[in-house]
Amino acid sequence: MPDKPWEKEGLSENEYNMIVDLLDRKPTETELGIFGVMWSEHCSYKNSKLILKTLPTEGDCVLQGPGENAGIIDIGDKQAISFKIESHNHPSAVEPFQGAATGVGGIIRDIFTMGARPIATLNSLRFGDLDKDRVKFLFKGVVAGISSYGNSIGIPTVGGEVFFSDAYEGNPLVNVMSVGLLDHKDIATATARGIGNSVMVVGAATGRDGIQGASFASDELTEDSDEDRPAVQVGDPFMEKLLLEASLELIKSDSIIGIQDMGAAGLTSSSAEMASRGNSGIEIDIAEVPTREKNMTPYEIMLSESQERMLVVPKKGQEEQVKEIFDKWGLHAEVVGEVTGDGMLRILNGEEKVAEISARILADEAPEYFRKAVRPKYIDDINKITANDIAGDDYNQDLLALLSSPTIANKNWVYKQYDHMVMTNTVVGPGSDAAVIRIKGKDKAVALTTDNNGRYCYLDPLKGGKIAVAEAARNIVCSGGRPLAITDGLNFGNPMDPEIYWQFKNSVEGLTKACKELETPVIGGNVSFYNESPKGAIYPTPIVGMVGLLDSIEERVTMHFKDEGDLIYLLGRNKEELGASEYLALKEDKIDGYVPEIDLKLEKRVQRLVREAVKEGIIKSAHDCSEGGLAVALAESCFENELGIDVDLKDNISDKALLFGESQSRIVVSIDPADSELLNEIADNNSIPLKQIGQTKRSIFKFNDLIQLNVKEMKKNWETAIEKKL
Amino acid sequence: MKAGVVTFPGSNCDQDVFNVLDNIFDFESDMIWHKEKSLNGYDLIVLPGGFSYGDYLRSGAIARFANIMDSVIDYANQGGLVLGICNGFQILLESDLLPGAMKINDSLKFVCKNVQLQVVNNETPFTNQYENSEIIEMPVAHGEGNYYIDDKRLKNLESNNQIVLKYKDKSENPNGSIENIAGICNKERNIFGLMPHPERCAEDIISPGRSDGYRMFSSIMEEIKVRGEKIAR
Repeated sequence: MPDKPWEKEGLSENEYNMIVDLLDRKPTETELGIFGVMWSEHCSYKNSKLILKTLPTEGDCVLQGPGENAGIIDIGDKQAISFKIESHNHPSAVEPFQGAATGVGGIIRDIFTMGARPIATLNSLRFGDLDKDRVKFLFKGVVAGISSYGNSIGIPTVGGEVFFSDAYEGNPLVNVMSVGLLDHKDIATATARGIGNSVMVVGAATGRDGIQGASFASDELTEDSDEDRPAVQVGDPFMEKLLLEASLELIKSDSIIGIQDMGAAGLTSSSAEMASRGNSGIEIDIAEVPTREKNMTPYEIMLSESQERMLVVPKKGQEEQVKEIFDKWGLHAEVVGEVTGDGMLRILNGEEKVAEISARILADEAPEYFRKAVRPKYIDDINKITANDIAGDDYNQDLLALLSSPTIANKNWVYKQYDHMVMTNTVVGPGSDAAVIRIKGKDKAVALTTDNNGRYCYLDPLKGGKIAVAEAARNIVCSGGRPLAITDGLNFGNPMDPEIYWQFKNSVEGLTKACKELETPVIGGNVSFYNESPKGAIYPTPIVGMVGLLDSIEERVTMHFKDEGDLIYLLGRNKEELGASEYLALKEDKIDGYVPEIDLKLEKRVQRLVREAVKEGIIKSAHDCSEGGLAVALAESCFENELGIDVDLKDNISDKALLFGESQSRIVVSIDPADSELLNEIADNNSIPLKQIGQTKRSIFKFNDLIQLNVKEMKKNWETAIEKKL
Repeated sequence: MKAGVVTFPGSNCDQDVFNVLDNIFDFESDMIWHKEKSLNGYDLIVLPGGFSYGDYLRSGAIARFANIMDSVIDYANQGGLVLGICNGFQILLESDLLPGAMKINDSLKFVCKNVQLQVVNNETPFTNQYENSEIIEMPVAHGEGNYYIDDKRLKNLESNNQIVLKYKDKSENPNGSIENIAGICNKERNIFGLMPHPERCAEDIISPGRSDGYRMFSSIMEEIKVRGEKIAR
């Protein structure tokens, strides 16, 4: 062995000494490789676990919290939804197409491993400035990869967001959320139990791809990262489609004890985790694992991240049934070992023993660190931004420019490449506040969204974390749903940097506070650290994926104004808040200022008002104010039906803040004039500021004397902006 | 009335069509596994959309060799109604049940959106509930829908009235197909392939106000009824 054998495996000397202590001997090369991936950040969450424990994970709807392949919530009628978000940032930075494609594949496997049929996918994507060639390449590649995998497997891609900022230039973010539907009786777990039960590898054969992918993902990206391309896996959506159908058939056949996806660290982590959950051991003979390349070493077989594979523990005597089901779908299903009672993960290569480590030590006893957190210096340099800091007063031009900025512009170029209709459940597709997916055979539906503003989290991670949850919930409510629970995709820089750790800690605290107040527990998620490139760390980006429930599909709402002559109301308060805004970034190229205030109690009341009005059936459209403020929110509501507005709104704040400030907890709704009394009554009951600000009109967008534009012209700018950049 | 929906490995619109036939219409419907070798007693066979066998070689190129396809070809040659949607259309071309071939979209990208179509021939078992020249709307979702056929055979298609659906005009054509062709039938009218997805617009809830796919399935029901009456007489 080399001088410092831990270095090759990404471990510290301290960790190596811990391993020697725990084993009471020096590890073999294969064993050290196993520790390297199992104790990597990606698998062990060693730098985040202690902070993550503060997140609320319990609630009335929670059937399965964090700790399994994915969480599960109850949606009534003995039905449940399993969902989770996962990142595939590092692979996508060096090989965007396959990186994004396998990101989709990986998270979908987590969902059907729980026994759920995936019914929808969402993507939360972050890229650098779209004027740069490398960014264009990454953007196109990621979208093509998601499109290729998602379309082929036949699961609709129904929503998400794309946000562009220099901070993501060298390290794009690709977070994928998968949502599945299941009956309570079909919930599967990833547990290995019953001494002597077989352990089977099913699905694709094992190759050399993705070896040490988990360790690769636990390091910063450098100029040499392109050389790590072999650490990126290659996806086969056709194989995954077969695996999906076979696995769901298998779970329904009631012939298994446990099933686990082979994701990061492949066979190693799946076997250690399954054994540890069942307080069991597992013995595997790697000579029995179907491989697609010759002369693979035990190290390679154990650490390969070849896609579309599962580990299955069948009930005693059910091996043939498993083989039969997988044979029908043309897939491998081989017995490779058995469950033991000694708690050890024992790896044999024929007669030879190559590794023997306690499964619990590997899966659950990785070190847990509180890293040092220091408030970053840049926070002290933040200035208060006022209207005078932003030049000009041609608000027609400003609105058109905002509508053409890639973060706000229409994402049709992206969504058109995704099959968002397959499975014929998509009632509200991409582009509205949240997607609405019906549940066939029932009256109800689920609403799905992802949200985060990295700029807010950079300037104030505590507020940014709160706002991410609040906005996700607002989106669900604007679609007619009741927020139920979230999954969090936590993307940060290097946790060993105290300033990054401070961002992480404060962001999670923000999530925690908002989740508690809005009663949306966290049922699972993913941490991705080391999102850094030679240009520095990304913005702290805790992405919130939320699921809500519509009791009746008839309660669905979209953001689009419906008819001429409807009344437009604004719920919530306008404040002099231009800090951290898209407007400031666009006009002054500045990331500065105080992040808008967020009052979670007010937020909750605003959302309750909309929910009550939705139940009364009077809301014709609802849209939350986010990037670009009130003017952009109103514009976005005009486009679908090409309606105009006449808005007359006086407030004692600057014109700029009124139009483009991003004050929180504001929702624009439209109603039939006949319903105004009822809306006012509901607002009074909830003590919510409510203001009738105007009316929908034909074709002209008029906001006070500040903006007057033709809606068709605005829409054209908004629709074509991204394509023009490419 | 009995309908069969063939499932190839990689089919992914099979359940969607099944849902429309079985729940929205009154078909007694079966899913037919690609390894089956016979087809008995069906009034309609559907080859659904998806990515059969991953579509890795060329769309539909492997599916034509599936066990079930010999029976589908026999069934079609005996006058049975065969509807091929999207990947199903591609398989019909690869099986020579319909003429022509499919290329990758001109844009080189997958495209999923609603498009406007013109009904060119309403005297088929699949379009008898539409008006001729009527403009209808249906979703498309494909990467290889760029229909191509050589001049001579194109003339044949035209003179035999085999072009059933066209994209309304060039701007509505999502893939660059020749003559804006979206769907064609055989000379005998019992085999029909189209790129758009009628099963995605047969219910008001998912395609409000433009459920034009519904009438494609009611056309088929009407045809089967008429066929039944003929036999009874």
